[in-house]
Amino acid sequence: MMRAGALAPVSFGSCSAILGARFMQAVSGPVLETIGVSKRFGGVQALSNVDFACRSGRIHALLGENGAGKSTLIKIIAGVVQRDAGRMLLGGEEVVFATPREASAAGIGCIFQELSLMPHLSVADNICITDPPRRWGFIDGRAQRHIAADALARAGAEDINPSAPVSSLPLSRRQMVEIAKSLARDPKLLILDEATSALTAADVTRVFKVLKRLREEGLAIIYISHRMSEIAELADDCSVFRNGQHVATFPAGTKSNTEVVEMMIGREYSHAFPPKPKRDLRGVQPALETRGLSWESALRDVSIAVRPGEILGLGGLDGQGQMEMLLALFGALSGVGGETLVEGRPVTLASPQSAKACGIGIALIPEDRKTDGLMLPMSVRDNLTFAALDSISTAGIVSSRAENAAVADMVKLLGIRMGAADDAVGTLSGGNQQKVVIAKWLLNKPGIILLNDPTRGIDVATKQELYQLLRRLADEGAAIILYSTDYYELIGCCDRVAVFYDGQIVRLLEGDQITERALIASALNISTADQGDVLLGEASL
Amino acid sequence: MSRLRYQLLEHRGTLLAAAVFAALFLVYISNYATGLNAAVATTVANKGVLLAIVAMAQTLPILTAGLDLSVGMVFVLANCLASELVVGGPLQTAFGIVVVLGAGLACGLLNGLIIVYGRLQPIITTLATGAIYYGLALWLRPVPGGDINSDLADAVTGQLPGGIPAMLAVLMAVVLLVWVPFRNSVTGRAALAIGSSETAAYMSGIPIARVKIVTYALSGLLAAIAGLLLTFVTYSGEASSSIGGTYTLNSIAAVVIGGTSLMGGYGSAIGSIFGAFALRTIGDLLFVLDLDPLWQPLFQGMILLVAVSLSALRLLKIRNRLDLFS
Repeated sequence: MMRAGALAPVSFGSCSAILGARFMQAVSGPVLETIGVSKRFGGVQALSNVDFACRSGRIHALLGENGAGKSTLIKIIAGVVQRDAGRMLLGGEEVVFATPREASAAGIGCIFQELSLMPHLSVADNICITDPPRRWGFIDGRAQRHIAADALARAGAEDINPSAPVSSLPLSRRQMVEIAKSLARDPKLLILDEATSALTAADVTRVFKVLKRLREEGLAIIYISHRMSEIAELADDCSVFRNGQHVATFPAGTKSNTEVVEMMIGREYSHAFPPKPKRDLRGVQPALETRGLSWESALRDVSIAVRPGEILGLGGLDGQGQMEMLLALFGALSGVGGETLVEGRPVTLASPQSAKACGIGIALIPEDRKTDGLMLPMSVRDNLTFAALDSISTAGIVSSRAENAAVADMVKLLGIRMGAADDAVGTLSGGNQQKVVIAKWLLNKPGIILLNDPTRGIDVATKQELYQLLRRLADEGAAIILYSTDYYELIGCCDRVAVFYDGQIVRLLEGDQITERALIASALNISTADQGDVLLGEASL
Repeated sequence: MSRLRYQLLEHRGTLLAAAVFAALFLVYISNYATGLNAAVATTVANKGVLLAIVAMAQTLPILTAGLDLSVGMVFVLANCLASELVVGGPLQTAFGIVVVLGAGLACGLLNGLIIVYGRLQPIITTLATGAIYYGLALWLRPVPGGDINSDLADAVTGQLPGGIPAMLAVLMAVVLLVWVPFRNSVTGRAALAIGSSETAAYMSGIPIARVKIVTYALSGLLAAIAGLLLTFVTYSGEASSSIGGTYTLNSIAAVVIGGTSLMGGYGSAIGSIFGAFALRTIGDLLFVLDLDPLWQPLFQGMILLVAVSLSALRLLKIRNRLDLFS
């Protein structure tokens, strides 16, 4: 990669020999254009009035923090979700895609993370799934293997056997199959959504070669990645999204890292957070400590400690190992390497049951309350007491008096708004459901509370109540680990934030260091340094 | 790894089921007084093919991660219809066969339509429609009876030149005319894809609704073929709920012994055929070994348990315990 002068922006990623040809293509109309596209999910405006265009022969990178609207935009382009308003033009013609099938037929190839492979089927079956070669109406296995081998070669993965079942391949190879599958359909527009996050470095190099070749062949490519170094190497154009809006599009290399981060910042936010107490916890024995925790490729040598009275945030972009970290601490993963200590004593967490019972008790408030947290058709009362039946029963018989008292306590403590304790929990609002999930675990009086993005999809008022509650629990001596995809929450709630990147903690921010700029920069694993003059193109150096 | 190894891997369920059947059959035949001759083979075939074809019918929905509890009732309904219609001269007989098979196809089609457009669980949908099909059968034939074109019945349940049971030839024809084309068609591939991962199949642009409907319709057709053959064996029709129920449950057992995953996405109707024959042979085995037939359910249950345990071995490899439930 080119090293630029300290201040002058520099262009990169383009080869001057083909610049002329690409320029010619760029002059013709865009391959795909969206005009005023909007999308709303429930109460959240995921996209508002987005104008976006990408051209053939160019790689267009999309940038933005979690929930900025990048994924929603490409889902609309790929026919996975339907837009509420606006128009979409493909090659100048207005198009509406009701299903991924229609988008695919129109020449839009989409590569998600492992979403579109069928594990039991062979590589060749997968690559040719939509339109296999046929003889007399039947699938021609031999021709199909040839097509698959060609597509794999195009993707630079000749080593994969087309007859192998996908389930026998490691994750990085599957991702290569996914790429080959898209190429086999000869798309006009290729979309890669974090397609390289599961790849090994060698695979990434090969994929980049392929992408550059496809660009020369005149393909339009939309590329989403959180790895700034990849964007610097590949992209011709960059578009920044923020809060569902398209903020800016600029040629790659014309903005510094700092400018890009500034563009990504700036969401309106008006949440009231309780004040953080100033406490010196150094020297206090950690309630929970990990030493060199590792699991598969998702966690690599993670060491953290959280003390009673402290809220430790887990930051970073989605899917960098934060969720696995919480699951590992809650005993839901097997084969976890490293050491976990509760109150200084090494423990083995073999199941959620053992985590719950271990020492001062661990509780996990799961991400998806509808599947992992609640039994929706059962009553509020049953849900509340389910994880703590031991404490309200004697000799295996639940005492209904103790149960009612416990339920009343919790309803009051958390301010759960409901009709009666006998109502099905599914009839409550999202915010109140989340309160039930939390209350259910508080009944156990856990000393360590793990929360997996607890405020996702709940209303502002309830969010504020939850922030107050977390701080109160910490003040009462609980050690809290909070994973949130919302940077403001980390800033407002946490005493310290461990920022994850690629299964590792890349930065531990404390006190005043916890700023949005620091969070985004560490989430992207780039340094904005103090002078703010590091260029985008140098991210990987 | 070579392609051959992958093919072995792909067909391991079928091969295992074939081996289980071969072993059981060998024990059976070496204990049978007269050894293997044409008459014995024909008896075995006539009993086994009925369940084998019902098991094939059950395989199709299971491949898509569904289930069809109505196969046994469609089987009984076809039996009752055939005992009414498959009579008289060649033309009338042929017409009757077409109606019987058409009725089976219609039953399967209805299942598929309700499951896809009613968005109902296959298990409960087919439990309900199965009761309806049984009701129709009972209405057609309140008491056992009826008739069948006996020339045709004798031919189908007899032997071909060379002593080969004709029923096996029928089974072969069903495999070649229904299963092989299905397995090699885009629809069959798509059915496996849906069973393997419905989300991924959707994201790959597979027409999920159409494929499921075709799969259930074919399942109904196969069940009706078996019902027609039952009429040839018994020369009459009977609306028996116990026959329907037994065939439904045994078909599921045969599918599992045949190596097809109840989670969908993996398996073969050929495996189910061997599974069905293996299940049948267990019963016969107790007879030749002179054991009390009361032991039969117990032994069948044990074999089934072993077969299911084999398919659960993969769970030992799971690293994220939450994946156990998904």
